Amino acid sequence: MSRETSIADPAEKRVWDALETVMDPEIPLISTVELGLIAGVEVDGAAATVSITPTFAACPALDLIRSQIREAVTAAGFSPVSVETVYDPPWTSDRVSESGRRKLKEFGLAPPKRMNGRCMQPQDLVGVACPYCDSTQTVLESAFGPTLCRSIHYCDGCRQSFEHFKPVT
Amino acid sequence: MKRFPDATSIDGEAREATIGLLYRLADDDMTLGHRHTEWTGLAPILEADIAFSSIAQDQIGQARAFYTLLHELGEPDPDALVFARKPEDFRCCALCTLEKGNWAFSTMRQFLYDMAKQLRLQHLAESNYEPLAKLVRKLRGEQKYHVMHGHMWISRLGDATSESHAYMQEALDAQYGYALGMFESNELTAKAAKHGISPAEEQLCDEWKGQVHEALELAGLNIPQNATAKSGGRIGSHEPVFTTLLADMRSVYELDPAATW
Repeated sequence: MSRETSIADPAEKRVWDALETVMDPEIPLISTVELGLIAGVEVDGAAATVSITPTFAACPALDLIRSQIREAVTAAGFSPVSVETVYDPPWTSDRVSESGRRKLKEFGLAPPKRMNGRCMQPQDLVGVACPYCDSTQTVLESAFGPTLCRSIHYCDGCRQSFEHFKPVT
Repeated sequence: MKRFPDATSIDGEAREATIGLLYRLADDDMTLGHRHTEWTGLAPILEADIAFSSIAQDQIGQARAFYTLLHELGEPDPDALVFARKPEDFRCCALCTLEKGNWAFSTMRQFLYDMAKQLRLQHLAESNYEPLAKLVRKLRGEQKYHVMHGHMWISRLGDATSESHAYMQEALDAQYGYALGMFESNELTAKAAKHGISPAEEQLCDEWKGQVHEALELAGLNIPQNATAKSGGRIGSHEPVFTTLLADMRSVYELDPAATW
């Protein structure tokens, strides 16, 4: 079951609560749930299975995230805990929650534009609002940044460069 | 036509064709990904350096995902496939194995390859081998950034100055025949098309030419005439540089193959 629907089952809710404490190692303000990484949770007695849908195929943090999920869900009283990688549903930046977007901005990263299923186009990287001063007088410096999910921009408003969590669809 | 929901549901010719396709996809991404890493720290400007490094990282990650699908089909695990397989068992095309050359050469190659890869991914999203279709639908989002980057440099450098034009034209002339070799066809590729696992290579090549020629011409570059496809990679017959590429890629692993990382 995904987080978008209300979680009636108390055991399943305990797993989701545990997952909300597992932070993205590269952006430690935002949880794996807010990032949209969790594709589903299944509980069968004391056993729990968590499915994760990776942001990028080459995400180097994935092994760490997997083991942190295992630890957190085990600490919540489940055993055995298995973490499976799935590609269906595919992760897109639209999976980042509203609270996730707010926290990205607090972290100094411009949040990704909501694509609503539309394909990303080069113009989606133009005029990205600066996370510091909200100006849209900004230019794309590089579509690739310090991690796979970030691009680099420059703000003419406050005259500094900033990073942007890229739209990926 | 029959669809195959998982690794246990596919056998015979369709299974053989799927394994063949996955080796081509994985080996292309692995070898060219490795070549792109050779620009880390060395590209002419910082942004170009980060771009090659990021594209390399994506490609090696994508290769790992394709190798994992192979492992599910009973082939060795990804590490064994990359580090311990015989060179003649690799199915990468020659284009992906060539030395990085100058930055114009590598940038042209990145464009030519990623245009082909994007086309493949678009088609493979409908592959009858469903684990592959699901993976590919995920990869398409990251692939768009590679294509965008390649397009930008081709259009900027193709007609910027006579010097940049000459570099790009020289790069194109030197590798156009190798690029055609990406679409080498044989019995195995025909079987993949027959079972709806992958489109026919000839069809992909035609579509690629349509898109790539248009972009190159817009950038003021001339399409090489009478180029012949450099084939052989898809049957394990590689360029001499492939031996040094593999040796370099495996040098750390071979110090202690049993080490845990």
